[in-house]
Amino acid sequence: MAKVPVQFTLNGSEKAEFIDSGTTLLHALRDKIGDTSPKGGCHQGTCGACSVIVDGELRLSCLTLAETCNGAVIRTTAGLAEGGVLHPLQRAFLDAFATQCGFCTPGMIMAAKVLLDRTPSPSREEVVEALSGNICRCTGYEPIIQAVLSAARSNSQNVA
Amino acid sequence: MELRKSYFADQRKDGLNEIGQPRPRLDSPGHVTGKTAYFADRNFPGMLHLKMVRSPHHHARIRAIDTSEAEKHPGVVKVLTAKDVPHNVYTILILIQIGPEDETVLADGKVRWKGEAVVAVLAETERAAQEAAAKVKVDYEVLPAVFDMEEALKPGAPLVNEYHGQNHYLYDSGECRKVRFGDVEAGFAEADHILEQTYQSSPIEHAPTETTGCVVAPEGNDRFTCYTNTQAMFFTLDNASIILQMPGSKLHFVGGTVGGGFGGKVDVIVEPIAILGAKLTGRPVCFIYSREEEMQISSPRAAEKVVIKDGVMNDGRIVARKVTGYTDAGAYSRHSPYGAQKGAAHYPGPYTIPNVWIDTYCVYTNRTPSSAMRGFGVTIGDFALEVQMDKLARLIGMDPLEFRFINAYRDGDMKAHRQPTEGAALIECMQEASRAANWPVAEKFMAMSSYRKGG
Amino acid sequence: MALALQTFPTVKDANAALQAAGTRYLGGGTLVVRAANQGDVSVSSLVRATEPSLSAITVSGGKVRLGASVTMAAIARHPELAWLAPAARAVGGPAIRNMASVGGNLFAPAPYGDFAVALLALDASVAAEDGEVPIETFLAGRDASRSIVTSVTFALPRQESFRFLKVSRIKPKGISVLSIAALLERADDGTITSARIGLGCMADRPMRARAAEKALLGCRLTRGEIAPALAVANEGIAPITDPVASAWYRAEVLPVHLGRLLLA
Repeated sequence: MAKVPVQFTLNGSEKAEFIDSGTTLLHALRDKIGDTSPKGGCHQGTCGACSVIVDGELRLSCLTLAETCNGAVIRTTAGLAEGGVLHPLQRAFLDAFATQCGFCTPGMIMAAKVLLDRTPSPSREEVVEALSGNICRCTGYEPIIQAVLSAARSNSQNVA
Repeated sequence: MELRKSYFADQRKDGLNEIGQPRPRLDSPGHVTGKTAYFADRNFPGMLHLKMVRSPHHHARIRAIDTSEAEKHPGVVKVLTAKDVPHNVYTILILIQIGPEDETVLADGKVRWKGEAVVAVLAETERAAQEAAAKVKVDYEVLPAVFDMEEALKPGAPLVNEYHGQNHYLYDSGECRKVRFGDVEAGFAEADHILEQTYQSSPIEHAPTETTGCVVAPEGNDRFTCYTNTQAMFFTLDNASIILQMPGSKLHFVGGTVGGGFGGKVDVIVEPIAILGAKLTGRPVCFIYSREEEMQISSPRAAEKVVIKDGVMNDGRIVARKVTGYTDAGAYSRHSPYGAQKGAAHYPGPYTIPNVWIDTYCVYTNRTPSSAMRGFGVTIGDFALEVQMDKLARLIGMDPLEFRFINAYRDGDMKAHRQPTEGAALIECMQEASRAANWPVAEKFMAMSSYRKGG
Repeated sequence: MALALQTFPTVKDANAALQAAGTRYLGGGTLVVRAANQGDVSVSSLVRATEPSLSAITVSGGKVRLGASVTMAAIARHPELAWLAPAARAVGGPAIRNMASVGGNLFAPAPYGDFAVALLALDASVAAEDGEVPIETFLAGRDASRSIVTSVTFALPRQESFRFLKVSRIKPKGISVLSIAALLERADDGTITSARIGLGCMADRPMRARAAEKALLGCRLTRGEIAPALAVANEGIAPITDPVASAWYRAEVLPVHLGRLLLA
């Protein structure tokens, strides 16, 4: 089987791998690079558990072919904490009890991060819209929404 | 949230350090950093992918299976059929002596529901396994199928499962679980009104975000580590031991981290066949349900049908309740005989009724086998009972909450299955609900208590 | 055979490669990668083109041209397409909208393809290497299409003449029960002089409500005057049945929602 090279920046570090052509970004990240924070829940673009950030945009890694990400800057939840210090969103998810089984959490955090990067003080409606592609089957949406709003508030306090 | 301490103060110790205090969840740091290890996060070099060839028919005889083309497909390492499974016919609850064994790991001569596992293909890649699975040829003779429980119970209905011999589970009490308390017909005779209603539900899929699956790695000493998201670790280990005819000491199960279960991951489906694949190939194996399999193949909550006949007095007392419950097990038992039995114990509801008659049937049909889900055997029954309670209250022109106060069970009352009521607290819960919902009831009900007669 | 991706700088080269058996065009990936993930072994090879014009949005001279690779997110945030944003935002959640393309939406089977419903009402023409066809012709023959769609073009509608509605059971993101797009030209007295109505989920692909369009001519948008149009809204439909809704339900609610869209 023909291998193809892929090269991108993952959470600040350069990655270069030879992968099978047609491999999804989800499989490349999980099986080749070892970042298992994006989860495969449906492999059809419905659950959002595989969400990652590619060049600042939220993407579903299960429907993205790794080859199309050559040269891209990719962020995943595994790379959010810096120097062992949790990102404000991670802290907020902890404090608001916004995780249950945890399977949707990395994807939720990615979707929330893209929102807060562009809209630092979102309305509740904007939070709901931003998370609308991510399914939580433990039905913990309300604590998740509260966590994102609370992370936004703590960000604005830090700036002030 | 307010912790109301006026209730049962004499029965409770208040020197507690944890109750009422928020405590961080132990698993959350792993969840928010993406470090929590779910079964599918284990990756082993040389891991094979297992894909299942499934029945396209609801009920069919298998005339022949031809795996030759699939075996030749590039990347295929092993193709498994029924003859490869050491103990192919099993049932989960045999561990607690609920038999007979009635389900095949891989179909043998017959399929009884659309989606039943027939042939397992193990290949180097998921894609190769999918391609090879498409090349397996199964020659089916389609048989008449039955999908409705009452149709299935009629004489002459197609027989779903030969291991039972009839289309219902045979309890030691006969064709159904029975509760008999007082004289229900006498109760109906004395009642001011009688209301008979039928309630039914469809199967419900748990749809966990993480699909059912496992990863099995040979340890090199004829022992196998199975990373699984089962909710029933030791049930799965013991059943795998029976199916594979391997001592439990050869099976090393690692689990406890489940990406959503809700009762949907208590059946023993993926682990035995994946372990067998690892044993016969000497390679690590992963078997993970696709989203479509999770929705269509994994056991849903059973469809249920509940017929409730109540006799009620103008003063609000229910004097007789007759319930016939049907639980649709689908083609195989799994946990449904237990679910139907739970229904029998539950159907009087949290009410004290002097005359009760209950029959609950566990019925086999050519539908996807059903199994556990959050309060199975009880949840649908509660829906039916509480809708019935509202209808009864309306029938006699009484407030529905007051109607429940009149019939609520209290400590010391004898329940229909002859267990005295203890620690009920139903009255107190309804009093709080009355306040919280701003749904006032008469003062005499607010003065009632669960454990002091009177009021 | 494994799935393999070939990338070409031009549509011409990609078109040539697309002629091989088992080959599909990769747009945003939301249809074709999904199919491959779900075990559709008929797809063995993917082709894509990176020609910049495929990702361009042009609004000039009263015309709008959307490159086939333009995403729903790009349309939703384009300052001159604010009137079309509701149709683009009707597709998926934020991540899907960053991926799903105009070209792909033309091929999405019901209950997907809400944006194509809007394009149908807008009387778009669909361009490929071998020429341009009206969207209705394109949709009718899309199953046999072997040529990469490069762009869609339509006239910029007059202000407030375009309306769009998607009905789903889950908000803000849910699969369509149905979608409706309407392009209505009105005279100064408010009477309708021309109407084009696109329907989603009323067949396996977007279709027009021709009888309703005809019945609307000369009407003003009042409950009484649109009643005859609503009465014939169901003419010629064959709604899909899926886990979201039955064909019967979709047919029952179509006139209700068309009425709401017209009176909004």
